[in-house]
Amino acid sequence: MEIVFLLVPVSLGFAFLIGAIFWFSLKSGQFDDLDGPAHRVLMDDDRPQPPQ
Amino acid sequence: MALARTDKREPAARRIRANECFHCGLPVPAGSSWCTVVDGTAQAMCCAGCAAVAQTIIDNGLVSYYSQRSALPDRDNTVPQSLRDLDVYDAPGISDTQQPGTDTSLQEGALIIEGISCAACVWLIEQRVMRVPGVHHIDINFTSLRARVRWDPRQIRQSAIIAAIGAVGYRAYPYDREQAERARQRERNFALGRLFVAGFGMMQVMMYLIPVYLADGDMTADVEQLMRLASFILTVPVVLFSATPFFLGAWRDLRHGRAGMDVPVALGIGAAFAASMLATLRGSGAVYFDSVTMFVFLLLAARYFEMIARTRSLAMQEQLAIRAPVYAERLTQWPAVHAEKVAARALRAGDHVRIAVGATVPADGVLVDGVGELDEALLTGEARPQLRHAGDVLTGGSFNLGNPLVMRVTGAGEATRLAAILRLAERAAAERLRLARVADAVAKYFVAALLLIAGVVALVWSVIDPSHALAVTVAVLVVSCPCALSLATPAALGAASGRLHKEGVLITRGNAIEGLATATDVVFDKTGTLTNGQMQLSSVITLGALDRADTLACAAALETGAAHPVARVFTGAGTSSPRVASGLSHVAGGGVEGEIDGRRMRIGTPAFVAALVGRPLPVSLTAVAADSTVVMLGDEGGWLAQFTLADHVRSGAAALIADLKRSGLRVHLVSGDRAASVHYVAREMGIEQVLAAALPADKLDYVQRLQNAGGVVVMVGDGVNDAAGLGAAQVSVAMGGGAEVAAGNSDVVLLGGRIEALQPAFAGARRALQVIRQNLFWAFGYNALAIPLAACGLVTPLLAGIGMAASSALMIANALRLLRGVTPAESSSGSTVAVTG
Repeated sequence: MEIVFLLVPVSLGFAFLIGAIFWFSLKSGQFDDLDGPAHRVLMDDDRPQPPQ
Repeated sequence: MALARTDKREPAARRIRANECFHCGLPVPAGSSWCTVVDGTAQAMCCAGCAAVAQTIIDNGLVSYYSQRSALPDRDNTVPQSLRDLDVYDAPGISDTQQPGTDTSLQEGALIIEGISCAACVWLIEQRVMRVPGVHHIDINFTSLRARVRWDPRQIRQSAIIAAIGAVGYRAYPYDREQAERARQRERNFALGRLFVAGFGMMQVMMYLIPVYLADGDMTADVEQLMRLASFILTVPVVLFSATPFFLGAWRDLRHGRAGMDVPVALGIGAAFAASMLATLRGSGAVYFDSVTMFVFLLLAARYFEMIARTRSLAMQEQLAIRAPVYAERLTQWPAVHAEKVAARALRAGDHVRIAVGATVPADGVLVDGVGELDEALLTGEARPQLRHAGDVLTGGSFNLGNPLVMRVTGAGEATRLAAILRLAERAAAERLRLARVADAVAKYFVAALLLIAGVVALVWSVIDPSHALAVTVAVLVVSCPCALSLATPAALGAASGRLHKEGVLITRGNAIEGLATATDVVFDKTGTLTNGQMQLSSVITLGALDRADTLACAAALETGAAHPVARVFTGAGTSSPRVASGLSHVAGGGVEGEIDGRRMRIGTPAFVAALVGRPLPVSLTAVAADSTVVMLGDEGGWLAQFTLADHVRSGAAALIADLKRSGLRVHLVSGDRAASVHYVAREMGIEQVLAAALPADKLDYVQRLQNAGGVVVMVGDGVNDAAGLGAAQVSVAMGGGAEVAAGNSDVVLLGGRIEALQPAFAGARRALQVIRQNLFWAFGYNALAIPLAACGLVTPLLAGIGMAASSALMIANALRLLRGVTPAESSSGSTVAVTG
């Protein structure tokens, strides 16, 4: 059972890490539009561009 | 646009059939030679505009738009609208709303983009704009249809970006309410962050504590202590960050000496957390970290969804706001035509402004020159174009469809009716907030009683069993959370208002819904309410050699320039073969005489025309319906035509009144009009209680008499001449049309000017009151059961949290039923339905 003395603090560290990542993504605007990106990801254009 | 956006989930690209324009999908007119080479195939185009837009798309290498799009572009967006006006967006007075970017050399601005119908549009615009030299960044939000653009002002101006968007067939406007949007975005982000921390904390705390519960004492003390410590560490951010709104709210309430619903919430959270913390540090006693985190998460979730709903309704208002015109063409030296472009908000009363065809009227004013056809649908709901002559009032925000006009500004910016309508809508939203506070005030007593009970419970249990005293007290505080009580009314009212707004009924006062639901008497005004308030041609009888079109053309020619309401009927009805009259002379109270093609003609009252004709009116034509006005046309040779004009009863009015009577309401008609026409309309409508030729004071008196007899009176009027009666009635309903909306202080506005919208208004209000009663019944029933159970120590804090959340969720779900449409069966029955929850 001694392993829990390692695992529980590690899981705590992960929890705070996840919290920090979430906060960063919120700040960078990833949750501003919950609708558009789902459609935008389907749009891609592999054709060669005409010379500008 | 909202409609168009529903297309966005169509999976397959929209296929263009033969004979349809490849770009917009409209039929290609026979003989059209417009075509554009797309992917090596010549594709037919319906017009030069579509061909140009398609060519722009292809020239920019964005041809995959056509294979990826799932919806066709809006037709009216395909031709970029007057690109030459764009430079005004760079004028001072407009750019001052733009926020400086992080890089000081870059400018950042927000645009509203119209015409986005699918994700391909977003991609197309982003690609196109990113290729404009000087643009550093563009980001389009598909939900709010707003774009954020960052550009280098030394290389490019904002107008060029708007033009670039216009070139691919969308309309962009600078976004004026930037600041408000930022604040809202920040608020939303904070709420989301709080919700996430609370939810994530809740799950993790459960992970640590559930093993402790399952082990049921088998766990060694040091491991159990470890689990408690871990959950304590995770609960700290939940309490200190996620729960701050509750603590702040409670502190605000206490400082003002009242007990709001945040007080027991904060007390419950605080007490449970403090006790658990002490127990953890001491290493003995029960911990409630799981209850605390779950309680915070559930409450925050409820608030978050409420906020989302509110933002949605705000977005609806902004659709209206973006119609507000941005620029104007000011004629600085009127009557000399010398125009300069200025921001609409820079206009002042007395300025002269030119309004080009297809432009938006920039402010309220008086038409000085030109005869205009204006689309006022936005302001009055009137779909047909309105004819306006010199001297008529123009409303800011309406579209000029006809000729170029010159207008003298009477009110600009915040003084316009458009601004007034916006303020009204905002007031309605604020009013609902106020109502939430009223509900809070009711909850106050409940909270006070609850705190008292909790105190007694804590005292009693500390005598019986001190080790359980805290758990029981917290359970009492949590299980009886008055949120359910506070939610019961506002949730139902909010849902009902939202539903009615869709039907064109704007509830501007919170108590209007209760008034509508309990009404016993409905008092209608006639002119402008049951009738259109405008003369219309109801029949033409030709009596001479001229046919119908000819007589109308002659009438129009004779009445040209006359200001009488009757004249408008003729000059407004477009005629196919226009005639020209000369030597017009007006006879007040009679009519007009003039010469057409060398024949002297008269139009006007039968007596006036008979003097020229020399013969009396045929007897068969002398009988006239009570609600009509008769206009004759004749020349020296004889009678030419009889026109019957009537102020028509609004379509749907009769059905509405029949329906109101069926649902047990007494319907009254009170009008200042002459008795004959009032009684005629009353007969047509089936209204028995009638008061004609009523002065404003009589109307007031009538309403008060009904109220003294115990009636709850709903008065429906056009908002101006009924002001006294409207003010006295419990609920005043105004027909929404321009000035009336702005000036009126009515509780309910029928936005579209559609009187039949009253029917869903009554039905919706009744349903809302039913739901409120059900919710209150449930809230009291639940509390009456749960509090004693908790006080007896039969409910753990965790169970209490679940019970509270389930009860709140049930109430919200019940309220959300109001968002659905009204079924005919429900609409005609006023009876209450048994509680089903």
